[in-house]
This record gives sequence, structure tokens and C-alpha cells, in this order.
Amino acid sequence: MLARRTNKGIVMDNLVGHKSSLRWTVHISVAVLVILWLIPTLGLLVSSFRTADQISTSGWWQALVTTEQNLIMRTAKPQAQQIIDGKYVIEGMLFSSEKSPAIQAWGVSSIAIDDYIPGETAKLRKGGEISLRGDGYYRMASDKPFKGSRGTRVFVKASMPPEFTLDNYRNVLFDPDNVSGMAKAFLSTLTVAIPATIIPILIAAFAAYALAWMQFPGRALLVAFIVGLLVVPLQMALIPLLKLHMQIGIGKGFLGVWLAHTGFGLPLAIYLLRNYMVGLPKDIIENSRIDGATDFQIFMKIILPLSFPALAAFSIFQFLWTWNDLLVAKVFLFDSSGQTVVMTAKLVELLGSKGGNWEILATSAFVSIVVPLIVFFTLQKYLVRGLLTGSVK
Amino acid sequence: MHPALQGLLTITSVVAVCFSYYYLSNWFLDNVFLPARGKYSNRNVNLANQIRPWLFLFPALTVLLVYLAYPVFETLRLSLTERHAYGDEWVGLANYAQMIKDQKFWEAVSNNMLWLAIVPAMSTGFGLLAAHLTDRIGWGNAAKSIIFMPMAISFVGAAVIWKLVYDARPIDQDQIGLLNALYLFFGGDAPQTWITKPFWNNLLLMVVLIWIQTGFAMVILSAALRNIPEETIEAAILDGSNPWQLFFRIKVPQIKGTILVVWTTITITVLKVFDIVFAMTNGHWNTQVLANYMFDKLFRANDWGVGSASVMVLMLLVTPILVWNVNNARKENQ
Repeated sequence: MLARRTNKGIVMDNLVGHKSSLRWTVHISVAVLVILWLIPTLGLLVSSFRTADQISTSGWWQALVTTEQNLIMRTAKPQAQQIIDGKYVIEGMLFSSEKSPAIQAWGVSSIAIDDYIPGETAKLRKGGEISLRGDGYYRMASDKPFKGSRGTRVFVKASMPPEFTLDNYRNVLFDPDNVSGMAKAFLSTLTVAIPATIIPILIAAFAAYALAWMQFPGRALLVAFIVGLLVVPLQMALIPLLKLHMQIGIGKGFLGVWLAHTGFGLPLAIYLLRNYMVGLPKDIIENSRIDGATDFQIFMKIILPLSFPALAAFSIFQFLWTWNDLLVAKVFLFDSSGQTVVMTAKLVELLGSKGGNWEILATSAFVSIVVPLIVFFTLQKYLVRGLLTGSVK
Repeated sequence: MHPALQGLLTITSVVAVCFSYYYLSNWFLDNVFLPARGKYSNRNVNLANQIRPWLFLFPALTVLLVYLAYPVFETLRLSLTERHAYGDEWVGLANYAQMIKDQKFWEAVSNNMLWLAIVPAMSTGFGLLAAHLTDRIGWGNAAKSIIFMPMAISFVGAAVIWKLVYDARPIDQDQIGLLNALYLFFGGDAPQTWITKPFWNNLLLMVVLIWIQTGFAMVILSAALRNIPEETIEAAILDGSNPWQLFFRIKVPQIKGTILVVWTTITITVLKVFDIVFAMTNGHWNTQVLANYMFDKLFRANDWGVGSASVMVLMLLVTPILVWNVNNARKENQ
């Protein structure tokens, strides 16, 4: 072993050692790959800690430094006007968040966006005038009523300090009105994923044992059958199974999703577990057979504990798959009450209806991603091992 | 009842039912049905041992038959029938004929072919590159973790992540999407709404899947690279081959089998790709794919006939890989 190591060392030296330029190329290439792979997720993470104003007015990569930006804001709509001292007046704050950026210059026309400094008053093209303070307070006044359905555009040049907030998470997870619906969806996803992970393992483990360690005619054929089922697109099963569920009274609901996930996960479970169990030491199993242990005892006392890595690997796969699934949940779970929407379905809904509300979208997406990421980083060892049992022999 | 409670209850009852099924059926077989005593003791033991595997297999096989095998035939049948209020009517290949006339179907097929040509190749290529490079440096494992990480992210989550990258704002505002910011920085004239630009939008959707699948390819190929016998590498170096030759002439040929497995596995994922397209474009702007076309037909148009016909096309495309896998598995078992 030691000799091999040294050999490898020599090999490596020959390969890259005396060419340090090559070594640097390797380091830099890997760094580029890592950055490329990390940046999209990082963008979403940073965005989830920014306010709606910040997200919509500057790139997330500018969030870490104070930046000078040109913003286009709108005043309140003409409906909000009041009559004060015989004048029509609209007043309010330009920025919705508590801390507004420091305004350096402003304007009312897109060709001259920095004509005025805070405190000055500008004439409006449609009549009347507007004044703007440094803190974002504005006041429009006119002798005639303001018309139209939209507020007046105000162009602002402001410096934005870096600022992060937990408000998005508070809104998404703990808002009592549950506008985003994510808190409930989180529970739904959890309710789908855990039984859908545990049930198939149990059934698969017994079958895998039979396929690995019991002699019976047709065994090879059965293994081939399961390998074949591994690649059957689950799209096949949607309509027939939905019909079946409706006929036998399961209908749409959690029970249906659990059963569907069990069915779809089973081929991989049996295949992985069987591959692993076949490799267990033959002596132990045959000795206990000679000592009079029954197959049930061998399975429970020897095979199951020894197969822990494979069981863990499959659980992780199945958990990630059921947690992240959209299609199965959409078909078998989604009911008209809207009480059982999983997070992935909710996200798609938010993408459609609130495509511009990145603060809700980014935060919701992160809430749904964070559990799989924790599972992934803590149990990566088993995941990798499982992948290798599954595809390389 | 709260669904979480219902879930907990289901877990415990399913676990209990499963174990008692396996335990009791074995007990019944050994003690009541074919007891290992009396004058037929030997015969009984042999018979019991022939039956026992099927006791172990019964629940799994039932689920597999009902949830995967039966639907294949039922979908085939549905694709040949038309649904009416008074019942199903056999229409032969009419659904297929209707589908072939649908221009959206051909859009889906040609896009799927584009996906098939690009995504497996790029994922495997990047995976091989990442596997090869990260094995040479001290922080390789950390780098691997990062590249592997998107595997844990849902397709929908990935769609949100990348939609932010592709976001477009009017030209007089700061861009918040990285792609447009870079595009403008490198001299682009105006921000593009990338998702709605035919052809390019297809590639951008593929990027999402490549981003997810590269980690998978890397992990498996990295294990394969490590399993290459060192003697072959040493011999090549002694013969004076340079790193490029070493990689392409010595290493890659030895892991050809694994590359093929990775390639086909990703191919299957690509054929079934649904979530990414559904969440990002829903098949608009020339980005339709088969799985989303099918979903459209089945659940929006409520046309089970054409929907099932399109699933059969998907099944047809998967079949060569299915046969190849089954053959490999049978060879190994002999």
C-alpha cells in the first residue's frame, strides 16, 4: 500500500509536479467551475435577505457595497388627493420601506433625472408642482385636480447602503394571514415525504433479500423485470393510477401520493438493496442457516443491520425525490380545497402570479431548498455510496 | 384529522402491518400449513422453502404490478380509445393521427431531440472534467460538494434560481438578472428577455438541467477514474505520454463503460424532463417538450387519448435503453 502511494506520488510529480503552470491551471479551472456552480444559488440566497425595493432596483451582487442608483418611483395615485387650503394635494413617502436611501438628486422627466436636489420644488408638466425631501417625503400640489389612474413618475438618484433583512422570512413563514401559503405548504411537503420514504424501504428490503439470498425458479427473470421497470417513465402511470384511485375510493389525497411514491420508488429501492445485499459475506448467512436460523431471523438479525448503508442511501434518495417532486403531487394530491399544496406546486404558482415579487419568490424557494440541502450536506457520504451501488459495478 | 398526524399514524400502522405480515405468514407456513414434523417433515420443509421467497416478494410485486406494469398496458389501451360520457370507444390509431397533425407535438419532439443531443453530452463532459480536475488538488472534495449540491435542489427550486439569473428589466433601469448584466457589460445593446427568445430559451432551460446533472456525472466518473489500475498509467508515463494523451488515450477508454451508464441515465432524465419547462415557460415561446405536452393534454385539455399517445411515444424512446439495461443485468447474473 505504502509502495503504491509513493508510486502514485512519483506519477503525480511527473504529471504535474514539474510544470507548476499546469498545476495552477488545474486550480484555476476548478475555481471557475465552483464559482459557476455556486453563483446562481448564491444570488437567490442573497436576494432572500433584501427588501423588495432593493431587489427590484439593483443586482444582488451590488448588495454588499453602497451603490449609487437611478430609481424610478411613483407617487400615490390621483385618487389619494385631498383638498387642503383650496389646493389639490397628494403627499406621502416615495419608498415603502422604513429606511429610505439617501436621495442626492431627483427629477420629473426621463431626460433630466437629476435636475433638482432634495428640498427643491419642481414644476409638473401636467400642471402643479412637486417637492421632495431627502428622506423620500414628497408633496404635490395643484390648483386643478390631478387626473389619471397612475401616480406621477419621479426619478431619483440615491445612494443605497448595504442592508439585509429577515423580514422576508418572517413574512413567508410566520405571517398569520399566510399570504404566501408557504408555512402550510412546508407541512404538506413534510407529510408527503416522510411516509413516502419509509413505506417503500420496508417492502423493498424483504423483496431484495429474497432476490439476493433465496433460491427459486424465475429469480433472474424477476431481477431483469425490476431493472426494466427502473426506466419506465412515471408519466405512464398518471392517468391509469388516478383512475384506479378514484374507482377504489382513495381519491386525491395524501394516501394516494404515498402509494404512488411507494410504487415509483420501489424498483430503485429493490435494485439498490439487492445489489448491496448480494455483496454481504456468504459465510455468515450460511453458518446461521446451518445453526437453524429461519430466513425471517436471518433477515431481521443479520441482513437488515448489515445493510444500513444501503438503506440510508435509498432513504436519502427517496426523501430528496419526494420532497422535490412536483408532478406526482400535482396529479395525486392537489385537490380543490387548496389545503394540501406542496411547496414545489406553491412555487410554480408564485412564479406565475407573482413573477415580479422576487422577495417572496426567493425566500419561498429558499425555504423549500434548505431541508434537502441540510440532508445533502450531512449525509453526502451515504448518497455518494448509494449512487455508486446504483450505477457502477 | 391533521394530515401530519395522519401521516404519523400511517407510518406506524404500515410498519406494524408489514412486520406482522412477514412474521405471521412465515410462522403460518412453518407451523400450520407445512409443519416440519410428522411423516411428511422433509417434504414439507422443501415445499415451504419454495413458497417462502414468494411470501417475501408478494407485497413488493403487487405494488410493482399495480403501480408500474399495469399502467403501461392501460396507457396503451387509453391511447387507442376515445373517452365519451357513455363510455370508452375504440378508435384505433385515430389519437396518434391527431397527434401527428398537431404542430405543438412536433415542436415538443424536436425540442426533446435537441435536449437529448446537448444535455447528456454536456453534463457528462463537465462531469468528467470536474472529476478529473478535482482529483488532483487538495480542496477537491470541497469543490466536489459544491458542484454536486444542485442534485439536492428541486427542479422547481432550480427554475426559480435560474429565472432570477435570466431576469430582464427595462433598459433605463439597473439589471437584476446576472445574464443581462453581463450581456450589457460585454457590449450588448439592450437587455433581452431571454426566456421568450426562441432557440436561445431552449438552451437556457437546458443549462438548468446540465447544472443539476453534472454533479451526478462527476461523482460516478470520479469513482471510476480512481478504480483505473495504476500500472496502466505508470506504463503510459514511462512511455512518455503527455497529460492529454494520458487522459484521452489511457484513462477515458478504460472508463468507457461507466461513461455510457452515466450518459444513458442522464438521457432518461432528459426524456422525462417536465418540472423545469413547466415552471419556467410552460412550453410557450417554442420550448415545448414531450412530458409537458403530455401534461397539457392530460390535465388541461383533458384529452386522455392524445395524452396517452404522447406518453407511448415517450415509452418508445425509452425502450432501447430499457432493453440494453435488462440485457446487461441478465449478463451479470449469469
